[in-house]
Amino acid sequence: MSPVLRQLTLTPGARILGLGSRQPERIVTNADISARGVDTTDEWIRARVGIEQRRFARADESVVDMAVDAGSKALADAGLAPSEIDAVLVATCTMPSFIPNAAGQTADRIGVHAAAAFDINAACAGFCYGLGTASDMIRAGSARHVLVIGAEKLSDWVDPMDRSTCIIFADGAGAAVVGPVEEGDRPGIGPIAAGSAGDLVDTIVISDRNSFIHQDGREVYRWAITKIAPVALRALELAGVAPADVDVLVPHQANLRIVEAIAKRIRAAGAPGDMVVADDIIHSGNTSSASIPLALDHMRAEGRVRSGDLALLVGFGAGLSYASQVVVLP
Amino acid sequence: MTNEEILKGIAEIVNEVAGVETSEITPEKSFVDELDIDSLSMVEIAVQVEDRFGVKVPDEVLANLKTVGDAVDYVAKTTIT
Repeated sequence: MSPVLRQLTLTPGARILGLGSRQPERIVTNADISARGVDTTDEWIRARVGIEQRRFARADESVVDMAVDAGSKALADAGLAPSEIDAVLVATCTMPSFIPNAAGQTADRIGVHAAAAFDINAACAGFCYGLGTASDMIRAGSARHVLVIGAEKLSDWVDPMDRSTCIIFADGAGAAVVGPVEEGDRPGIGPIAAGSAGDLVDTIVISDRNSFIHQDGREVYRWAITKIAPVALRALELAGVAPADVDVLVPHQANLRIVEAIAKRIRAAGAPGDMVVADDIIHSGNTSSASIPLALDHMRAEGRVRSGDLALLVGFGAGLSYASQVVVLP
Repeated sequence: MTNEEILKGIAEIVNEVAGVETSEITPEKSFVDELDIDSLSMVEIAVQVEDRFGVKVPDEVLANLKTVGDAVDYVAKTTIT
């Protein structure tokens, strides 16, 4: 008879212990884009997507460089040493090549040696998938502390003259350290509500390594304003949280009008009128998997959110893919 | 449902989405050129028309709805059949 495989001891729950972020120094304003010869204006961009400026990395500044900086800051914020991290997950869809992945080298450069390390490609939903995976790894006992990073260099994949995309996408990284809660403590990460709409795969595409990103803006907009709020409400239901208890809403920073449309629906479901809604896109652009942790870190630095606040996160994008969960802010 | 009722419903939706006075929203008015509604607001209007009247307004139909009257006729035609 074959032996029974032993299972690890389950942990009651996980929570976010620290946050960190990194933005490139170079600011690109709307005026910079029209000055480049793109047929657009500051007024048009603000009205359509709500962006005033975005950040672009230098040519020699990579996805991994930004991931390392954001991850190191999150570790310091959590008060943990690199040796205490068991796994590093990097959500990204803009690495210059498929191998090596970003996570292994990011872990090594942060000083986390021989950690479990892998990338997650769920585009703009990647950070929420990473957070859900980290929480489940910790709960299952396969890791104690997990570093989750969303890092993107979209400027490498955007046609600088395509006015439908070059005004939106940007570069940056955000990170969270996830760890266990002790017996009797309250978990700080709710169950994930996730899914995909593969029938709409053609609406956001980078065809191959020599192509730029293409987006069917109108169709994606329709999908985002109708299908994403219900996913976020499902995450609340899974976590046993009423909309009225949500302090902060952090949708992926795709377009300010999509953010506002989602917020309107969450409020219509009972969320408070004074719920804080992330609007980091105004100054950061759309940084795909980095946008949610970047927004969280910025809102904390600005004093708009506090430790212990209940935040509803919802990521959505190419795939099409989506994921949402409720978290307690560190 | 009469065309007047459909017009009233569409006017309320356009008012809510784009802030245009309902008295301005008459059948001959063009959404883009006269009411100054952009393409993303048109998508929001389409979504609300779908919810309110129980019709489908796919993007290819939406692109052909130039005037308020076009939208009223489409809803009237689609809800009858």
